[in-house]
Formats: sequence, structure tokens, C-alpha cells
Amino acid sequence: MSAMLLEVEQLSKSFGGIQAVQNVSFYVKKEDIVAVIGPNGAGKTTLFNMISGIVPPTSGFVRFQGAIVSGKQPHELAMLGMTRTFQNLQLFADMTVLENVMVGFHSRLKSGIVSAGFRLPRTVKEEKQAQEQAFFCLEQVGLAHLAWERAGTLPYGMQRLVEIARAAVSRPSLILLDEPMAGLNPQESKQLVDVLLMMREQGFSFLFVEHDMETVMAIADRIVVLDYGKKIAEGAPEEIARHPDVIKAYLGEEAV
Amino acid sequence: MEHGQRMTDGRKRWLWLAGAVVWLGLPWLVFGNNYVLSTLVLIGLYALVGTGMTLLMGYAGQISLGQAAFYGMGAYTSAYLTAHAGWPAWLALVAGAALAALVALVVGIPVFRLREHYLALATLGFGVIMFTFFKEWKGITGGLNGFFGIPPIRIAGIPLQSDWQFYYLVSSFVLAGGWFARNVVRSRVGRALRAIHGSEVAASSLGVNITKYKLQIFILSAVYASVAGSLYAHYVTFINPDLFGIIPSIYFLIMVIIGGTASVWGGLVGAAVYVCLGEWLKAVVPLLLPNAGGEFEIVFFGLLLVIMLIYMPNGLTGVAPQGLRRCWKTSWRQSERATAVDSHKARSIGGEQG
Repeated sequence: MSAMLLEVEQLSKSFGGIQAVQNVSFYVKKEDIVAVIGPNGAGKTTLFNMISGIVPPTSGFVRFQGAIVSGKQPHELAMLGMTRTFQNLQLFADMTVLENVMVGFHSRLKSGIVSAGFRLPRTVKEEKQAQEQAFFCLEQVGLAHLAWERAGTLPYGMQRLVEIARAAVSRPSLILLDEPMAGLNPQESKQLVDVLLMMREQGFSFLFVEHDMETVMAIADRIVVLDYGKKIAEGAPEEIARHPDVIKAYLGEEAV
Repeated sequence: MEHGQRMTDGRKRWLWLAGAVVWLGLPWLVFGNNYVLSTLVLIGLYALVGTGMTLLMGYAGQISLGQAAFYGMGAYTSAYLTAHAGWPAWLALVAGAALAALVALVVGIPVFRLREHYLALATLGFGVIMFTFFKEWKGITGGLNGFFGIPPIRIAGIPLQSDWQFYYLVSSFVLAGGWFARNVVRSRVGRALRAIHGSEVAASSLGVNITKYKLQIFILSAVYASVAGSLYAHYVTFINPDLFGIIPSIYFLIMVIIGGTASVWGGLVGAAVYVCLGEWLKAVVPLLLPNAGGEFEIVFFGLLLVIMLIYMPNGLTGVAPQGLRRCWKTSWRQSERATAVDSHKARSIGGEQG
């Protein structure tokens, strides 16, 4: 139940002379929802990109399910069970909604080019499985009726749900969400919060970066606060809301 | 709804039947005319190369400017192994394909570490190197004098030497190659490639190894070209390096651009248009310009390439009428829809739903 999923140890990144992230450590346990917050430029996205393998850390390391994974490529991390979504949606716009989600099932299939080319029974079976799982996942987020639409034609909020279904269909151990609420209207936000809470019930774990404090307070089990690349606080939502350093970082010195 | 579905199924069956009759009956339809049949064989050989390149350009998003080198590699491997080493033609064909695959792997590994269009440059250089090899390695290739006396390919002991026999052989390869390519495109691999096209960062975050798939498709395209080259060598029984230089590589590129990459059959369409236009030029140009040399063809196809890229960048398969396009798209979508919904129903009845 409380097995350690992700451990971030003394992670740092500098770009030239700028320290974007400095010695940040925290952890995510199984079935946790952990939020990373902080003012603009606090290093949240850099931290996220390091964890998901897009940029290598300057120092420190990331341990995922007990093994050190820093330095691994994003596709290797996905195979190990860590997927992510993006702040500025990265859907495959020309593919159907169903196909988008089926790509998410890639890591669970094995057919290579030869088996696929000859359409061996194994491939046929896998394709059917991928389709079923993708369809099921779309049903869960309430988009099954749009399965055959081109993903690029959907409204923004629905595209976000497709992206989440795509990241979740392979049943990864951890999903990273980069500002999932960005650009959503209140109604869409509420729908997304419901989906995330439902997924938590099903045993998914999330690490997410978010600006929308209402959402963070509503769904996070724990919150990590960054400011100027450093971790200034970590704890349950109610602790964070009262933490003097956090208030200072968000509202400025005088407010304290 | 169900009735309509059955109707289209029935119509599709008739289309298939008609296609098969035309394919099998063609040598009779043209009264065994060797000129027409040899033109069809040539179209088929180029189509095979083009199908591989269609996958490479349309799905891996890469351009090869040295595909004729792989074509030549297949041709020379088959020629040498059958004429001088006494290998059976089929084994030599496989050996040529294996060699082409290996070389593509060696060329591809460093190239795909880099992004963008380095493959175009690398294959251009590779094409020049291979052309020099074909020309200078006289002990094996016969140099500029060419390679003579390539033995025929045999099926069940019967040597294939006439045009109609080759028509069946090559067209079977084209159909099999197109079928294989279509299957790849409609699988996990094809989905991964289209995903890379849509967003590399998202594809890799879902477990798609971008380098691996680009490399695999490049290797596959090399195998297609090599197999076509082997068949070509046995068909004409005489080959020389000029057939495998840079200009032929450019022609392969032009064919794929004419055909377009909207369908895996773009290579076939492009090859057919290219060969027919070429034959037409050969007939018409001497009438208009009695002193024009063979260079006229390059000028013509160069212009055509520019016009295509401006007015029809998706090629002929990209502008095909909706009805035709539905033939190669909807059939799949419909079956896909049917299976997904069926399995969904089955699950609901099973009561497994969360």
C-alpha cells in the first residue's frame, strides 16, 4: 500500500550559469497524488522534464520502483511504467481519438515489424486487445462516442481527457501531469478533477504540476513547493496553506 | 445499417474479383504483347522500390537519395552469386536482401542519432560511394563493361525467361510487398510511426523508441529495393553500373512524390505514371525535337517534380477521389469499428465493467 514509487534525490539542473533546480528531494508513494507548485520560473517544468527523462539532470538522481532511472530515455521510462501528459497538449492530431489512445498501449504490446507485416495471429490478437483497452479507457473518461473522430477536431477540454486516457491506458505505475488544468473552463476542470479522483480510486498514482490552487488543495495528498529552484516546503495541503515560507513566496515579503 | 454494410461488402467482393481477373488475365488482354508486358514488369520492379520508399518518406518522414544503391546491391549480389558461385537464384535474392539490410543498419545507426534530414545527405553520399564500387570493383561487377550472362530464376525447376512469366512473378512480389507494407502501417509499428509524425516527444513518452522505428523502416525500404534489384538482374540478364547511380535514385524519389504517400500503393501509382510518361516521351520527343538527346527526360521529370511539389504535394494518392480513397481506408475503419463495438458488447454482457 505505501510502497515507495518515486524517489527524487538531490536533483539539480543548471543551464549555463543559471541554477534552474537545486538539490530537490521528495518522494511519491503508491496511490499518492503529489502536486508540485511554485511561482512562475520556480523550476517546476525543468524538474518534470528531468523526472520524465526529457532532459538529463546535472547532478542527483531519480529512483523509480527501486531502480535508478535518471539518464534513461522517455521511452524506456514508459516501458517501466511512467507516462506523462503535456502542458501544451501533444495529441497526434491527424489520428483518431481511438488511435491516439492505442498508441498509449504501445508499451504493453510486442509485435515487431515482421510479425506485423505478415499479420501473424499474435499481432491480430494484440491489435484486438489494444483496441478493446483503448475503447474501455475512453469509456471511463466519457469519450467513447468520439472514438472515431480526428483528435485534432475535439474541443480543448476533451483533448486533455484524451491525453490522460492515452497516458493511462497501459496502466502505468505513475502518471506525470504537467499543468492538467491549464486552459480549461471551470466546468471542464471539474470534470477532469472527477476523472482524476476516480482514477485514484482505481489505484493510479499521480505527480502533477499545477497553478490552479483550488484543484491542488482538492486532490493532492501531499504538496511540494518550489521557489527559485529550491524546495521550500513539503506537506499535506492544510500544512502548506499555513506555511509562512509558502505565503511569502506567493504573496511577497510584506504579507507575512 | 446492417443491410448497407452487407451491400458494401458485396460490392467489395466484386471489386476484388474484378481486380483478380484483370491481374491474372492481363497477358491475354494485351495479346501477349511483349512490349506492354516488359513495360509492366518495369513498372512492377520500380513499384517495389517505390513501396519501400513510400513507407520511408510517408511514415518515417525520411528521404533517401541513394535508394538505387540498394537496388544495385541486390542486382549485383544476385548476379555474382548465381553466375559465379552457382547459388540458386532464390537464395541469392535472400542474400542480397540480407546484405542490403545490414548496410542500411550500418548507415542508419549514426544517422538516426541526429534529427532532421541527415538521412538524405547520408544516403546521397552512400549512393555515390556504391556507384563507384559498382564501377571500379571489376572483379565482381565487371565494371563499366557490365555483368553478362546472369542465369534465369527458376520456379520448380522451370526457368523464367519470357515476359509474361516475369509479369506474374514481379506483380506477385508487388502485391505481396504492398500487402506487407499495408499490414505494417495498420499495426502497432505503423501507429508508432504516425505518432512520431504527430509529436515526437509525446510518442517517446508513451514508450515509442523513435530511433528504432525509423531505422527499421529504412532497413525495410532497403530490402524492398534489393529484392527488386535481384529480380531485375534475372529479368534483363545484363546489368551495368549506370542503372544504379544517383540519377536513378532521383527517379525513384520522383516516382514516390508523383504517387504520394497517402497510401502504401503510392509507389505503384508513381512507378506506373513515371514509366508510362517516359515511354511516351521517347515516342514524342524525337518527333518534336529531332536532335534532342536522352537528357530531355531529366529536364522533363525535374520540371514535373517542381510542379508536383507546388500544386500537388501529397501526390496522386493524396488527391484521389473520395470514393477511391474509401476503398483503402474505410474498409479498415469499418472492421475496426465492428470489432471494438463487438468486444465492448461482449464485455458489458460479461459484466466486467468497472
